[in-house]
Amino acid sequence: MKSEALSHIRICDFTGQLAGAGATRWMAAFGAEIIRIEDPVRLGKWDVLRGTSPFVDDRRGHEFGGCFNNHNVEKLGVTLNLRTERGKELLAEIISVSDAVTENFAAGVLERLGFGYDRLKEIKPDILYVSNCGFGHIGPYRKYKTWGPIVQACCGLTFTSGLPDMPSAGWGYSYMDHHGGNFMAMAIMAGLIHRSRTGEGQWIDMSCTDAGATMLGPVALDYTVNERPLRRDGMPYSNRSQFPAMAPHGIYEADGHDAWLALAARDDRDWQAIARLMGINDQRFDDLAGRLAYEDELDDAVRAWSSGRDRFKAASELQAVGVPAAGVAKPEDRIDNDPNTEAWGLWPIVTHGEMGRVRVDGIPAHFSETDWVLERGGPLLGQHNRQILGGLLGHSDAELADLAAEGVI
Amino acid sequence: MTGNDLPGALAGIRVVEMAGEASAYAGLMLAGMGAEVIVVEPPDGHHTRGFEPFLNDEPDPERSLWWWHYNASKLGVTLDLADEDARDRFRSLVATADVVLESEPPGRLADLGIDHDTLRADHPELIWVSLTPFGRSGPRSQEESIDLTVLAAGGPVWSCGYDDHAIPPQRGGGNQGYQTGSVFAVLSAQTALLARDNTGQGQFVDVNMHAAANVTTEFGSVQWLVAGDEVQRQTGRHAAIEPTTFTRALSADGIDVNTGFPPRSARDFAVVVEWMESLGLKNDFEEFFFLEMGAQLEEDLHLSQVGQDPEVTAMFGAAREAVRFISENITAYEFFIGAQERGLAVGIIYSPEEVLADPHFQERGFPVEVEHEDLGRSFTYLGAPYLAPKSPYRIRHRAPHIGEHNHLLA
Repeated sequence: MKSEALSHIRICDFTGQLAGAGATRWMAAFGAEIIRIEDPVRLGKWDVLRGTSPFVDDRRGHEFGGCFNNHNVEKLGVTLNLRTERGKELLAEIISVSDAVTENFAAGVLERLGFGYDRLKEIKPDILYVSNCGFGHIGPYRKYKTWGPIVQACCGLTFTSGLPDMPSAGWGYSYMDHHGGNFMAMAIMAGLIHRSRTGEGQWIDMSCTDAGATMLGPVALDYTVNERPLRRDGMPYSNRSQFPAMAPHGIYEADGHDAWLALAARDDRDWQAIARLMGINDQRFDDLAGRLAYEDELDDAVRAWSSGRDRFKAASELQAVGVPAAGVAKPEDRIDNDPNTEAWGLWPIVTHGEMGRVRVDGIPAHFSETDWVLERGGPLLGQHNRQILGGLLGHSDAELADLAAEGVI
Repeated sequence: MTGNDLPGALAGIRVVEMAGEASAYAGLMLAGMGAEVIVVEPPDGHHTRGFEPFLNDEPDPERSLWWWHYNASKLGVTLDLADEDARDRFRSLVATADVVLESEPPGRLADLGIDHDTLRADHPELIWVSLTPFGRSGPRSQEESIDLTVLAAGGPVWSCGYDDHAIPPQRGGGNQGYQTGSVFAVLSAQTALLARDNTGQGQFVDVNMHAAANVTTEFGSVQWLVAGDEVQRQTGRHAAIEPTTFTRALSADGIDVNTGFPPRSARDFAVVVEWMESLGLKNDFEEFFFLEMGAQLEEDLHLSQVGQDPEVTAMFGAAREAVRFISENITAYEFFIGAQERGLAVGIIYSPEEVLADPHFQERGFPVEVEHEDLGRSFTYLGAPYLAPKSPYRIRHRAPHIGEHNHLLA
């Protein structure tokens, strides 16, 4: 059973990694038919995640990449050798029955394969084409290479994370690969909505660094309006809160190995509850101005309470008096031991043709009428050639056998 | 029409947004796509108008830059929802909407008789997107929560910080817990609009910020889900199972760079040799010989041989050190451009304001001027996440004053 939300949409998809594959992953979960085109000669490894760790067991190779499975659930896999004329003809046939073509190659790669936007329009005049790369296809850096950490560095996100007088802590994962995919999904769906209303296709050029830079609004305006840069003494200090100002607001030592407690006072009422619970009696902290002026001393007082306590029990005590608090969750805490993620069904099990049953990331939204479905794992190489080239395009089994023999699929 | 006059992809879609700290970014993006977004505030303005920073640091509900940024392109109305007449006007407004967006605590709107359950019978085509810290009905749905605790409980914080684990893990800046929730709220609204084309029906969408954080931590989750391994945070690079070597260096002008992945191919080694020679650094770098050796490689270095084969180890180490050595002898921008023009993927660690001054972002039209006719000035804002020539995403006008568009209320 599939979601009906996007079941009327078909995408000819060249995306890979997470920054691209994440976009069509969302749409696949909501029932869109995502036809993933892969190269049979290089075993689909223009997406390196096909063969990289984590692995479910000792098996290795292009059918065992754990991230590939996670990022390509519910998609269909078709192999086409685009070095051959027959491969190009078959691709044109798929494009001619698709609503959109999507890719996150380096700028210019799809054009060199013979399928730039002009060619796509020849095949299907109202096609939506969405390209996505680190710096987009327009501008002086269009040929520059990126992956998540490079994008995060160049858009300002890395700098915002860390302590004064220390190097940037940055993001300990490719945050902008997730949001590269999410913003790309946003661009695709915006293009589809425009197309369904006007009948008009277009080329949407998505740049991950632009998308990342949109996520830092108030600090950017503090500079453009007040001429106050974030690169200044004492900043950034990202565990504290500047917009809005709050104190205490931080991550404090708790009992146990690498165990931490996050808590904050949103206002004086929260502070009074914290002070009562922790037995802190210091008039300097009575109002926000005082708490900000003596924030180091305030943090010391909070740490004196937290450091001997279990992070989750301490968070419960704070929650009981109406204060926002949470233990810093390790992967096991939030994936295997959190009643909320379990109740949500956040870690569905999909079935992959080689790996078997594997847990994957779920979707953080539930729809009352057309909810997502994640049951099928990422496609094996060419797994759906017969369904698409035969069932959708009408080529016979004999033709498909010839195409395989000729190295086209 | 020029590109600037074209309507956006969501032209003709009306969104009623209950002003909220977490959902403001979602409303901003829907408005950027051309929806008519009407933000509903209490009569004396929403409390986020009290958020820093302020124009010239003068606190005033019309001078909050937080409000300006997150509410650009929206229209604003005020309603005192404690009052039954005002609730009737809210119901009338919702009757004209395609989408309602709200981040109210679970139960509040039901108590007021203006929740989706109450209103849906009269509006079967209405799409209602709710954004809450833990979803509307889960076992933790009543917890007190802010951006910090969403990120701490949801996984991102565990993966971010420093090699020294005596230093607390870090929350990245910019309220990304709220904003990640908002990104999924936008995807949800778009998906529900496309679904309505398909089925004719509206629906309720329950968006969960804690879940959103949980499924946007890359290896932090997948490593555990697939292999049962726990990643460990590292300074400025991916949290990992096994420690990885540095990627950060301090350039001659005091700005950090990300030195990327070291060269492994003959081409990349040759590039580093040429770059060092052109900068006159060759004689200052003791391991230059290993770079020249790398330039003669017949096939790429295999990572599996690093630490095993002494020559491979020496070449790989020299390459990494050479890139760092270059970065320390020139400015961060010279390093970024010099490496990328040579095909090496490195990054400059920009502060957000520096992005706006960069020529690439300027050529893409990313910084945009927004007129504040009330102040007789314009200010530079952040522009579009993508370029859509036929249905542009753009900031349409400044954020509304308190009650500026109350004429829209019946």
